[in-house]
Amino acid sequence: MPHDHHHEEHEALVIEDEAGNIEAQIIVDALQEVLIRKGLLTAHEVTAAIAKLESPGIHLGAKIVAKAWTDPAYKQRLLQDGRAAVQELEIPVTEARIIVVENTATRHNLITCTLCSCYPRSILGQPPSWYISKAYRARSVREPRRILAEFGLDLPRDVQLDVHDSNADMRYLVLPEPPAALHLRTPEDLEAMITRDHLIGVARDVA
Amino acid sequence: MMRFAVGDHVRVLALGKKGHVRIPHYIRHQTGRVVNYCGTYLNPEDLAIGKTGGKAVDLYRVAFAQTTLWPDADHALHDRLIIEIYDHWLAPIEDTRHAP
Repeated sequence: MPHDHHHEEHEALVIEDEAGNIEAQIIVDALQEVLIRKGLLTAHEVTAAIAKLESPGIHLGAKIVAKAWTDPAYKQRLLQDGRAAVQELEIPVTEARIIVVENTATRHNLITCTLCSCYPRSILGQPPSWYISKAYRARSVREPRRILAEFGLDLPRDVQLDVHDSNADMRYLVLPEPPAALHLRTPEDLEAMITRDHLIGVARDVA
Repeated sequence: MMRFAVGDHVRVLALGKKGHVRIPHYIRHQTGRVVNYCGTYLNPEDLAIGKTGGKAVDLYRVAFAQTTLWPDADHALHDRLIIEIYDHWLAPIEDTRHAP
C-alpha cells in the first residue's frame, strides 16, 4: 500500500512549545531511556541537571533589585553593566550580557521573546509557561497595553511603554521603582515584596 | 569599525534568509533608531549549522515607534519597541520622519 501522506493531518498533531507538548516529551523520554540503557547517562545525572536548571529563581532577582534600591553606586553599575553587577553578588551568570532596564515615574519596561523563550535563566530560573506561550509572544509586541491590563496593570497613557524583544544575544531584567518608605524597610522585607512579574514588567508597583 | 552610532536612523532589511534567523518578520522593512551598541557576537545563522569559526558581527539595539509598527493597535504615541539587530540586517537611512 502506498504511503498516503496527508501533510495537514500530521501538522495538527504537533503541539509546539505549549505546556502539553506531548510529542516532544515522548521523544525525550525515549532518548533518555536509550542513553541510560547504553550506560552513557544515569538517571541521577538527569535529575541533578534538572535541579541545577531550577535552582536559580526569583529570590536572586529580588536580591539584585533590593541591592540596587539601597545602594546608588551599585544601581549605577547595574544599569551600566548588568552582568558584572549581578556577578558581584556571587550569582553565576551564564548569559553573554544582562541589560537592566529601569522603570521610572514616566517609563515602564516589558520583556518578551517573540522568537522563542529567551529569559535570564541563570538568574531567574525557568520562565513561566505564559511567557513561552505563542499568545504572549505575539501580543506582547502588538498590543502590550492590553496584555498589561490583563495582568491587572492599567498603565497611564502618559507613561511611556518600552517593550524589549530579547530576540538575539541580550537578556533583560526590569528594575522596578522602589516602594514608599524605602529606608524603613529591611533588605529581607524588600526582597519579599519583589515578584517575578515585576522583573518581567507585567507588574509595576511594588507595595 | 562600527557602522552605526547611537541615534542613527536605520532600516531593517528583509534578507530572505532561511534557517535560524533571529530577525523576526514584523520588524523587517521598518525604520528605527539605534539606542545601544551591544558588542560583537557570532552570527546565529552560522552557529545553528555548526559554523563556529565565522566572523563576529556587530549587534545593535534599535528602537521603533509602536504606532508605526502596528498602526491598527492601541499604543500611546511615545511607546517603543526595542529589538536587537545584527549589522548585516541594517541599512542607513537619511529620511528620519518615521523614526521615534
